[in-house]
Amino acid sequence: MHKQAIKDNLLLGIIYVCASLSVLLLAGILIYVCVKGIGAINWSFLTEVSSSLKGTVGIAGNILNTVYIIVLSMLFSLPVGIGAAIYLNEYAKPGKLVSSIEFAIETLAGIPSIIYGLFGMMFFGQSLRMGYSLLTGSLTLSLMILPLIVRNTQESLKTVPDSYRQGAIGLGAGKWYMIRTILIPCSLPGIITGVILSVGRIVGESAALLFTAGSAKILPKTVKGFFGKIFQSGGTMTIQLYLSATADGDFTTAFGIAFVLIIIVFFINILTKVLAKKFDNTKE
Amino acid sequence: MENIIEVRDLNLFYGEKQALKNINMDIRKNSITALIGPSGCGKSTFLRTLNRMNDLVDGVKIEGSIKIEGQEIYDKNYDTISLRKKVGMVFQQPNPFPMSIYDNIAYGPRVHGIKDKKTLDKIVEDSLRQAAIFDEVKDSLKKSALGLSGGQQQRICIARALAVHPDILLMDEPTSALDPISTLKIEELMEQLKKNYTVVVVTHNMQQAARVSDGTAFFLVGDLVEFGSTKQIFSYPKDKRTEDYITGRFG
Repeated sequence: MHKQAIKDNLLLGIIYVCASLSVLLLAGILIYVCVKGIGAINWSFLTEVSSSLKGTVGIAGNILNTVYIIVLSMLFSLPVGIGAAIYLNEYAKPGKLVSSIEFAIETLAGIPSIIYGLFGMMFFGQSLRMGYSLLTGSLTLSLMILPLIVRNTQESLKTVPDSYRQGAIGLGAGKWYMIRTILIPCSLPGIITGVILSVGRIVGESAALLFTAGSAKILPKTVKGFFGKIFQSGGTMTIQLYLSATADGDFTTAFGIAFVLIIIVFFINILTKVLAKKFDNTKE
Repeated sequence: MENIIEVRDLNLFYGEKQALKNINMDIRKNSITALIGPSGCGKSTFLRTLNRMNDLVDGVKIEGSIKIEGQEIYDKNYDTISLRKKVGMVFQQPNPFPMSIYDNIAYGPRVHGIKDKKTLDKIVEDSLRQAAIFDEVKDSLKKSALGLSGGQQQRICIARALAVHPDILLMDEPTSALDPISTLKIEELMEQLKKNYTVVVVTHNMQQAARVSDGTAFFLVGDLVEFGSTKQIFSYPKDKRTEDYITGRFG
């Protein structure tokens, strides 16, 4: 009895140490980045483009490029991913084909992103002659996040009770009508989770973009330039962070970007929770 | 009275296994027919052949003929969507969709192309009234149907089925998941529904069959053992197996 109590207390102590160590490490990194980075943050840092000619330091171009990549990648992979998930869950007969597709998706999710980058550069960049461009980068990243979208949508579809499907079919609904009016709304929380996780990965991605999207940071000046930019090189925030820290040795900017990225990820996490709750229509 | 459903030589197979054997049955219009029998006897399977819900199951093979209002429903050209409009279904577990009460009831009419707000309003109100739940929910039509009690949810599902104006209502053990008071309400409701609809109900509860139905069919391992008026089945069953079952000797 007494021995047992000592053992329990000892274990509890170890667990406390482990827990506080991980929290402290995490908090330490966050505080370090924030302290080093916050000094770089001011209005012009966020709204201007770095130029040695004008003597400005800013990441507006990189922020815009990041938005380009996010929007374009979503545009490509959302319809495909949701479509694939619906096919796998609602149309395909369970069997070898489906399980091998699922296995492939599982594997794709675990591949290091630099391999996607290599493939994207060779296939989109060279074979399809898109060069270093935001389009090449987005197509590459849309392949990378496809497994996330498919998996999250599929998991969500699986939780929709069969009784809903039967109820809708029993009222004379066609299959696609049932999917559109019951299944997709019910799996919205999962779809949103997939989207937000994907946005998080895109925001944090650098390896796959280094040799697909390039590193340009200029802002488009005309509407035509705004759309034409898709076909031009553009570096995201993470790329600029890498370049600032390595090529330029400008650690103030690097930490400034790091700070902005942390803030973005923080808000993405909050958004995930809020949206998932808002669209969770399984509760009354 | 005319027959609304005519079943001839119906056989149903799940893969190799025969689940219904040579069923012949006529169901009269505006009657309540109870299907009774022990678990796995084929009564639910039979019910689901009447609106072709078995089509959704892989490996089902169906032989024979089912005519509803004189039309062969297993005809290749027969449209299952219009069949399911004509033959509504209420399931064992109340299954309202995760949307408002209003949208639940309007789901069927919307499937069939009704968009006009006023028409939908009227259908929703009429259907809820017919399902004897309008007074309980009239102030909360915009609220989620999932917030209702099980018995209320089941009446919502009945209202939802009625909203497409079916001729026949199939009920698959509609009260087995409900408390006695909700059960009683649904039984009273079935009595009302008989005026406008033909009801076919699967039930495990023999008292329920005896209370509500006009005709009773007793199924046993895929066979339709006996089908007759409820009075006859429960007072003078012709088949020994029927007698054994209704007197509780097995089942």
